[in-house]
Amino acid sequence: MELTETDARLVAALRDGLPVTARPYAALGERLGLSEATVLARLTALREAGVVRRFGAIVRHRALGYTANAMCVFDVPDAGAADLGRRAARHPGVTLCYRRRRAAGWPYNLYCMIHGRDHGRVLELYEALADDLGVAEGARAILFSRRCFKQTAGCYGRAAAAGSGAQRPDGARGATVMAAR
Amino acid sequence: MTGTHLSPLENRLLADWQHDFPLEARPFARVAEQYGVSEETVMAAFEGLQQRGVVGRIGAVYRTGTAGASTLAAMQVPREHLDAVAARVGAFDEVNHNYERAHPMNLWFVVTAPDTERLDAVVEAIEAETGLSVLCFPMEEAYHLDLGFALPER
Repeated sequence: MELTETDARLVAALRDGLPVTARPYAALGERLGLSEATVLARLTALREAGVVRRFGAIVRHRALGYTANAMCVFDVPDAGAADLGRRAARHPGVTLCYRRRRAAGWPYNLYCMIHGRDHGRVLELYEALADDLGVAEGARAILFSRRCFKQTAGCYGRAAAAGSGAQRPDGARGATVMAAR
Repeated sequence: MTGTHLSPLENRLLADWQHDFPLEARPFARVAEQYGVSEETVMAAFEGLQQRGVVGRIGAVYRTGTAGASTLAAMQVPREHLDAVAARVGAFDEVNHNYERAHPMNLWFVVTAPDTERLDAVVEAIEAETGLSVLCFPMEEAYHLDLGFALPER
């Protein structure tokens, strides 16, 4: 599905999130010079086409006390990666699981994010996961997060928005520094 | 460290509205209907969750590759330069989720752009500005069903 110019502006405006007001889509439309009906129709179309994978509350796990977060990486044969990936995705604590392209000096291709309330618990979950996947110690690594320098929505659609003259005010973004633990 | 306390209504809101928030004129009224509370109560609850940082925003998560191009990327940065390099990398509008991780490969971030040409240009600009190599790990396949953040056992 090709994004229309209107879609791109809508996507850019949504980076700041839906305003919490009784008629939020009307408010969003007002900013963009679109009717409430148009905003709803385009968002519904994007959602139904799967361009928008989910639409709703974006939860920050840190604020809920899930402060230990590790990216666990495994070097597995490409042929069996899909089976192992689906298996890993069902493990407790695994919130994301992807196969990614390897790079020179970085042999890992399977990535799992594990979130937990403390470092020790995440480590336990990682060891259990590695055991279950049958990946030896030399072919895996765990990378705990230390500091988050910046966490914002992706900027898909921004260029189109800028091109249409709808440059967003920049107050909401920038180098947000938060303590990670 | 313990997390912020959630009220029963807040718990329900987080469990139920990460995926398909109502796309209709008065979404908070629709949400309120499900719990037999008022629209104002639901709006106040979402405002409270946002103020405490539990909810970053009510917004969209896009399927990778459909609304632009993106990649996970990493750099191996000498410890003494990490803050400065992280700030320079974070200054790019196209960079989000910029993290320090406990590993020699210590700076991790996501680059998103409207298309792959712009994505490659940003990666090259980061390398030029920092004098360090950027490794890119584009996603090839996702194995989880992204249902948002499940509230695990407390």
